[in-house]
Amino acid sequence: MIYLDNAATTRVREEVIEAMLPFLDKKYGNASSLYDLGQEARAALEQAREKAAKMLKVEPNEIIFCSCATEANNLALKGLAFEAKKQGKNHLIVSKIEHHCVLHTAEWLEENGFKVTYLNVDEYGFVDLAELEKAIDEKTFLVSVMYANNEIGTIEPVKEIAKICEEKGVPFHTDAVQAFGKIPVKTKGISMLSLSAHKIYGPKGVGLLMKREGIKIQPLLHGGGHEFGLRSGTENVAGIVGFVKAMELALKEMPRESKRQAKMRDKLIKHALQIPESRLNGHPKKRLPNNANFSFRWVEGESIVMKLNEYGIAASTGSACSSPKLEPSHVLLALGLAPSEAHGSLRLTLGRYNKMSEINYVIKILPKAIAELREASPFWHTRGG
Amino acid sequence: MYTEEVMKHFKKPKNMGKIKNPSGVGKVGNIVCGDVMWLYIKVGKRKDGKEIIKDVKWQTFGCVAALATSSVVSELAKGLTIDKALKLSNEEIVKKLGGLPPIKIHCSLLAVDALHEAIYDYLKRNNKKIPEELEKKHEKLKKGLAEIEERYKDFLKLEKKLTKQA
Repeated sequence: MIYLDNAATTRVREEVIEAMLPFLDKKYGNASSLYDLGQEARAALEQAREKAAKMLKVEPNEIIFCSCATEANNLALKGLAFEAKKQGKNHLIVSKIEHHCVLHTAEWLEENGFKVTYLNVDEYGFVDLAELEKAIDEKTFLVSVMYANNEIGTIEPVKEIAKICEEKGVPFHTDAVQAFGKIPVKTKGISMLSLSAHKIYGPKGVGLLMKREGIKIQPLLHGGGHEFGLRSGTENVAGIVGFVKAMELALKEMPRESKRQAKMRDKLIKHALQIPESRLNGHPKKRLPNNANFSFRWVEGESIVMKLNEYGIAASTGSACSSPKLEPSHVLLALGLAPSEAHGSLRLTLGRYNKMSEINYVIKILPKAIAELREASPFWHTRGG
Repeated sequence: MYTEEVMKHFKKPKNMGKIKNPSGVGKVGNIVCGDVMWLYIKVGKRKDGKEIIKDVKWQTFGCVAALATSSVVSELAKGLTIDKALKLSNEEIVKKLGGLPPIKIHCSLLAVDALHEAIYDYLKRNNKKIPEELEKKHEKLKKGLAEIEERYKDFLKLEKKLTKQA
């Protein structure tokens, strides 16, 4: 199988598994226990925290480990919302193309009395900075815009957003799940930042929230007061150790890997766009090195994915039929795509295990797969007529 | 997620295509929702003089379930008398496929609707008596489509604009 869905999840790398294993069977202690076995786990946990902090150029007490990026994003948004309420602030700003774990959290806050502004994006998926500046008011407690989009790979102008937020004195949170390890992630001017392990060849079930010391938030989980009282629950030491190992390796490899993957991406794009009535979603240049997202008119995305599956290629789509709610991707709709284009979307995301020979196979199969499906489509035969 | 039978029909669909000079055509679904089926029938007479559906072909824009249900409905309807075809239910399609995920059941409904609309079209074209139930169903489908078009009118306007450009 050719795995081209690395934005969904990744294969855990061997070095990470190796780093994790001792904490499952030998050093299995609870990091809160006093005896050696516990303190051994504690030391590993704190060492991992220090390393993560160093990589993000923040302090160790600004790293909160948790179960995943969904949790990190929930903690950032809700945690700050509950705190802000005490200060009479109730306004949140997010972009329209955030991951569901940010968008649905924002919607939930809205149902619970908060006000939310959903920022528009242009045809490439870039947030409107002028709109952001206008949207911020004295009641705004947080701006949350992702570092890079998970579907279309567009890299947001994070530096500019951070600058606007800094000038206005509003905290800025960014979901950097897809960006970390693929492009340089700079935390300057960023108040909170979310990361996930399983997108960078680490295990599922681990994430982190970087939160500046000066930002006060409320916990979502109450209990034994772990993670500075902000995330109770026995620490997943093996997972955290594996996560930080994956972070280190991702950063080390990044210069070489991002160039190598961008080359494969560009080849994919060049050939896919030779298919009639196709388009590239997202920006041609300012996109993640591992992301290609297309729309093929008159065919439906789930069918494309399953057709590719027949040929041994694993990919994903933003089509309505593939979503539990039967709605096309909110990201593609926010770009202003017509329904027929949003339905026929295909996302191919590369990773460190992909080879150019695989890409050569994909560019041979893709036109064939699309043509086969278009043969069944009524619109393909009547288009323009 | 899908049964083997669904995948079989997806991989090798039966009766895909168009009938030249069909006796009736049923067009259902809407591109906004993601599933559109066009179903063509050719009506002929059996030896005993009864009208039957001699041939069925279809063109479908949609997911795996939509394509598979189109394929199955075409197989099931072929050879049936008009009366029997009008009694064909989506349960039979789902059964034939060995089940469908709950959120894909609407695809089987759409397939039956396409068949019944094609029969409606045939009866109408030939000034034949349309059963009351079929008339009601046709009106309901028309109304449903109008509602979708109203709800998504901005979308459809955009669709038209972009389609022209393409």
